[in-house]
Amino acid sequence: MKKFVFSRVLQAVPTLWVIATLTFFMTRYAPGGPFDTEKAIPQEIKVKLESHFGLDRPLFDQYLLYLKNLLRGDLGPSFKYPGWEVSELIATAFPVSLTLGVLSLSIALLIGIPAGIIAALRKNTWLDYLPMSLSMAGICLPTFVLGPLLIYIFSTQLGLFPPLGWYGPADWVLPSFTLGLFYAAYVARLTRAGMLETLQQDYVRTARAKGANPWQVVTRHALRGGLLPVVTYLGPAFAGLISGSFIIESIFFIPGLGKFFVTAAFNRDYTMVLGTVLFYAALIILLNLLVDLLQAWLDPKARQAQ
Amino acid sequence: MSVEKSSSLGRDAWLRLRANRMAMISLFILIGITTVSFIGPLISPYAYDQQNLDRVFEGPGKDHIFGTDNLGRDLFARTTYGGRISLAVGLLATLVSLVIGVSYGMFSGYTGGRVDAWMMRAVDVLYALPFTIFVILLMVMFGRNFLLLFLAIGAVEWLTMARITRAQTMNLKRSEFVEAARALGYSHGRILFRHILPNLIGPIIIYATLTVPAVMLLEAVLSFLGLGVQAPMSSWGSLIKEGAEKMDAAPWLLFFPGMFFCLSLFALNFLGDGLRDALDPKSSKD
Amino acid sequence: MCTVLIFHKFHPLIALVGCLCVAWFVQGCSKPSNVETALNENILHFGLGAEPQHLDPHLATSVAAHNILSALLEGLVSEHPETLKPVPGVAQRWEKLEEGKTYLFYLRDNALWSNGDPVTAHDFVYSFRRILNPNLGAQYASMLHPLKNAKLYHEGKKSWEEANVGAEAIDNYTLKITLEHPIPYFLELLNHYSWFPVHRPTLEKFDAFEKMGTPWTKPGNFVSNGPFQLIEHQINSVIAVGKNEGYWDASSVRLEGIRFYPIESVDTEERAYRAGFLHLTQSVSADRIDYLKEKYPDELHFEPYLGTYFYRFNLKSPPFDDLRVRQAFSLAIDRQRLVDKVLKGGQTPANTFTPPGTGGFYPQPQFIHDPKKARRLLDSYLSEKGLERLPPIELTYNTSEGHKKVAEALHGMWNEALGVEIRLFNMEWKVFLSTISKGEFSLARAGWIGDYVDPHTFLHMWRSGEGLNMTGWTNASYDKALKLGETSNSEKERWENFQVCEDLLANDFPVLPLYFYVHLTLRHPTVRGWYPTLLDHHPYKYIYLQKEEAP
Repeated sequence: MKKFVFSRVLQAVPTLWVIATLTFFMTRYAPGGPFDTEKAIPQEIKVKLESHFGLDRPLFDQYLLYLKNLLRGDLGPSFKYPGWEVSELIATAFPVSLTLGVLSLSIALLIGIPAGIIAALRKNTWLDYLPMSLSMAGICLPTFVLGPLLIYIFSTQLGLFPPLGWYGPADWVLPSFTLGLFYAAYVARLTRAGMLETLQQDYVRTARAKGANPWQVVTRHALRGGLLPVVTYLGPAFAGLISGSFIIESIFFIPGLGKFFVTAAFNRDYTMVLGTVLFYAALIILLNLLVDLLQAWLDPKARQAQ
Repeated sequence: MSVEKSSSLGRDAWLRLRANRMAMISLFILIGITTVSFIGPLISPYAYDQQNLDRVFEGPGKDHIFGTDNLGRDLFARTTYGGRISLAVGLLATLVSLVIGVSYGMFSGYTGGRVDAWMMRAVDVLYALPFTIFVILLMVMFGRNFLLLFLAIGAVEWLTMARITRAQTMNLKRSEFVEAARALGYSHGRILFRHILPNLIGPIIIYATLTVPAVMLLEAVLSFLGLGVQAPMSSWGSLIKEGAEKMDAAPWLLFFPGMFFCLSLFALNFLGDGLRDALDPKSSKD
Repeated sequence: MCTVLIFHKFHPLIALVGCLCVAWFVQGCSKPSNVETALNENILHFGLGAEPQHLDPHLATSVAAHNILSALLEGLVSEHPETLKPVPGVAQRWEKLEEGKTYLFYLRDNALWSNGDPVTAHDFVYSFRRILNPNLGAQYASMLHPLKNAKLYHEGKKSWEEANVGAEAIDNYTLKITLEHPIPYFLELLNHYSWFPVHRPTLEKFDAFEKMGTPWTKPGNFVSNGPFQLIEHQINSVIAVGKNEGYWDASSVRLEGIRFYPIESVDTEERAYRAGFLHLTQSVSADRIDYLKEKYPDELHFEPYLGTYFYRFNLKSPPFDDLRVRQAFSLAIDRQRLVDKVLKGGQTPANTFTPPGTGGFYPQPQFIHDPKKARRLLDSYLSEKGLERLPPIELTYNTSEGHKKVAEALHGMWNEALGVEIRLFNMEWKVFLSTISKGEFSLARAGWIGDYVDPHTFLHMWRSGEGLNMTGWTNASYDKALKLGETSNSEKERWENFQVCEDLLANDFPVLPLYFYVHLTLRHPTVRGWYPTLLDHHPYKYIYLQKEEAP
């Protein structure tokens, strides 16, 4: 197992390097630079600005310099917020996004898994159609509709929760629910599909035939296999949560990483873009690794396949 | 005397699908929505971009059955027109992702060995690239062209299709009939197109049906960022974005396009599930 | 049956979740809003609208930065809260000599930095020198070009001493300023943050004289001489300032602190206001005006704002190389209708480029609505070129709901009056700027907010070769009249020359003025001492919070 983890970590390095290179040249290729401003700064000043940030050197030199700094763990200063380091900004924003992600995912699992199990056990009855239809609401309503809708109902009309901010636990509820409901729908469907498949397996049928307690059949025998698709989905889901949370952060005024990320792209804040892309990529790779380990634990067959 | 009709795989699948009530309802809903989106702009007395600054923010009424928006444009016209755009984007982007993904996956799975390993490695890397920056950059570079909007979206969605296709291809490669075909001296191309591809139709259809809603959602997200269709064109995504902001003052702006959008996504998802149940024999028991 | 079992097992879990929910609700219901607690704490909650890029007054460029810097720093003069006329700031009095070519400022001896150091004339000289320093790359350095020989120093042609730049500290508390030529609005200029002083020891500590991007502006390092000092700065979250007890006029300052929230989404900002999270918003969405007028009539404010919203033509790009087409486009627009039906914020149609009344200048209205004449002009152009109709025209604007709305409305008007097809292109900001500055546009949206209350801030844009011009329009008569308006001492002569400038714009149509800005904002009635001003400047030391009077 150790060998497995180690080899994956080793694989991560070239992956990150390719991503860094791709992103570096992609962002430079896009029109517009960090110092294009409305007041159309005189050429001499623009030149000064660019030289301060080393943008006047040949592109390839800049690239090599960036890689060199990267190896030392230096992500560089932000172009849009001079005086602040990219790593500093990521360090303040990431815990926020992480909390949001964890809460949302928890809600997704807490709602989705039981819904999916019930639906699977009561396939093609109203107990199947109802939760599945409700969960559909999560899938087909984009977050920028669901968010304001929940705010309108629970904040504006009922006054139960604050409509924005990230200052205390009360602020966490609506954003997490908005994001969580979206993923709950997928989790429910995947759980249902997984459970249906597992419940057909011979070993489950045998257990049933032997007269085992139905509850035990579900938890002890079926659940492990049934949750497999959900687990596989968890990795990309969590990564998507964190990187796609921009809309939620904009609607609820949350200082998370998604906001920094999109702002950086729109502002051609090269270092910030690179920093966040690499950070996300590393995160995704880590999550995929954890998910694979979790999968192996759940499904002995997968373990064998390593 | 009754003669038993021989049933093909396709016919079996169709019968199973027919029996699935939700899937059939979904299918009819989709056909209905598509029809309305197609003929709506033709029968509406107003053009989708026809402004009437004296009649802004009117609720549903005699003249405007869905109401009007902030520039007095008829919402029915805009919703149905938006349907054309959203459905077109959905279908075309899915088509693009399908073509890229299936070709890539088939080639990778069939070739196997090192080439396959590298190709899949590339897919892993692309998976780790956050989608937002990629699409933003694409839109920024090519955004002026509506055609390229769905090329950009499709270019992001092909990864999973590639993975699925590759897995299936590898399975099929080892099957007996393919080995027989090799033994008979058939060319690789012929095997791929005549033997492997037909067996991929099932997963392809399922996945395509499920990609369309994902693409439509993606288009809505792009509209939120201001990267979607250019004004004054409307898509369901841009309409519901505007509607969400004015929910308390003009709820019809969200309700009607939202209804169309949700029903479509709903129906596509259920249809996809139904297709999966129908085409995949394993889950037909119970 | 399984369902029943599931509920059984989860019974205690459900109870726990239930309790937590109740706890949330209770907490949510009982928490007082910011606006309510502010009455006791005396903290103003301010919607900033955007995260400022710089808190360094010599590098800042945005409205957001101004809002914060005017709390932290004070220049030679300050502003009267209602008229914005110069009142004593760090300088307690001044003398105008040589018909306005020289000024002597007498600084008060009790003006202190927040760390106790006295504010001296040397600080101002150091600060002017810094922003003009060619190596710093300050974007607003040109604001100080009125100083004698400042331009020479700024362009690196001479050193500070060689150039003998017109800012000299006679002694610790006397500052002598010499200008290139008299400027009637010079004192107003001094209220721009580019003229604000910075604390020399702090900048030297962080080696920030020539370098940008140093941490001297972070809380804990920032030393201020204004009514407030910097306490907290979380990017995208909040910028908090607290009362500076060392400020010479601290006894007049009634607020204990201000919290600035950089909320970019105008809908989120509105929600924040309505929930009592903010005292005031930076802007209001045009589509919400009718609704808010009804629900919050006393809190929605329309305040005249010194700015012009206009479109630029690219004179190098056909068909806009032809005067007739440009004129046709201008005549086809019903500006009054645009303002009444589309914008609805009480904006005024722009019949001139400079807002009437700027500094006392009232230009003649010349950009009018005459669709018939527009059609005739266009037809004349078309028949000469042998065309049936114009090829589709590209209209470029930067992504924003407001701009989109205007563009769509104009698209309708041009279509109706001229039968021309307009293709709208929205681009995100950076791409937009890059595209415009490269001249890769036909017709593009633009706006200009005045930096000071004088027509010059508007008219200087169209000088030949001026960086902000970007239309390709050059006119020697315009340049001449502008120069005369800049340098003359007689108001009558200045206005005459500026009128010439306006006439030339109205004859040649390099630009399409559309409307004059109105600052739309929601403001809570408990905020007092706040007056609408043309530059949207609101000196904080006159602001206080007081409960609404019972009717």
